[in-house]
Amino acid sequence: MTTEAKGPSQRDVESTWAKPVDKLKVSDAGAGINLNVDGRQLSSPLRGFGQMWQKTYRIRLEGVNIDPQDLIKAWKENFPKFWPEGYRFYGRVGGMQPGDVALLNLAGPGGVKGPGSMPLISTGVMVIYADEESFSFMTPEGHMFAGMITFSAFQESGTVAQIQALFRANDPLYEISFRLGFGHKSEDAFWHQTLQNLAAYFGASGSVTQKNILVDSHVQWSQAGNLWQNAAIRTGLYLAMAPARWLKGIFKREAA
Amino acid sequence: MSVANLSTQVRKASSSAFVVDIHGEINAQAEQALMEAYNQATKAQARSIILNFSDLSYMNSSGIGLLVTLLIRANRQKQRLLAYGLNEHYRQIFELTRLNEAIAILDGESEALAAV
Repeated sequence: MTTEAKGPSQRDVESTWAKPVDKLKVSDAGAGINLNVDGRQLSSPLRGFGQMWQKTYRIRLEGVNIDPQDLIKAWKENFPKFWPEGYRFYGRVGGMQPGDVALLNLAGPGGVKGPGSMPLISTGVMVIYADEESFSFMTPEGHMFAGMITFSAFQESGTVAQIQALFRANDPLYEISFRLGFGHKSEDAFWHQTLQNLAAYFGASGSVTQKNILVDSHVQWSQAGNLWQNAAIRTGLYLAMAPARWLKGIFKREAA
Repeated sequence: MSVANLSTQVRKASSSAFVVDIHGEINAQAEQALMEAYNQATKAQARSIILNFSDLSYMNSSGIGLLVTLLIRANRQKQRLLAYGLNEHYRQIFELTRLNEAIAILDGESEALAAV
């Protein structure tokens, strides 16, 4: 019983994959709020709570002729620029390397922010893989979803940029948001806008297509305890405690 | 999209265990070949599927995603998924992506069969 498919390619495993890490460590947080990344473990799709989804978003770059590898190079170098308004990505400037850990400071659905334009969710990602044709992130504990997301580009009657996410909602609260629909809606709107911004960067037009596959309809009750690390709750508590931190700072200065 | 570079061979190794020999690359284009191999083993009533990675030339992150979906399918069918032949780098990648928590990784085929 044999199945075959042929083609080229041989790449260097060591340079394209990150090394395993026990706990994440952000090397340069910049202006980002680092509440839910340092000290956290990576959370693969196998460790999440909710149903497992594979979502694929694609845009064909109409009206331009760009090599997929050039597209990926530009995507890596300018990754934060393509994010929708209100969402911030604090990572290595000018590129991505396997092992990099980046902070994400995210607005809520519809771009809603906290007091003083504070993010509603502070979380992060680790770059687990990067080559000239694609790069992938994996999320930490507490993130909305436990999973991997891969950004790639290829030729298929023109140049196509693709984002593919394989994930489970990380805990029961996030799963409720997905079951009620607004979790999916927010996620989908985010990546649609990202792909449109990417296309616009290259002066291209195009519409985003999306394909959803429910890989596993079951939830993993063994992972329900992930709720304790929920980044949205922890960020909310951090915001709620802002006045207390402000007062503490004043008293410290007066005491000095 | 680029062309797949994977061949698989499915062989019966015991009364309920089948080995899938993997030759080449596991990436997004490998889905059809890998799932066909899985389906062959499943149709033959495999209770354990052992992936032989001895001739794996490369695996990217899409390939890891494929293994995750394969694992879910096997779990649904109440099949066990095991692996052997992974070199040190790929063992590290399984560790990074937590696949080692769900797929038993053994040194060789005899060890894998003993673990079934």
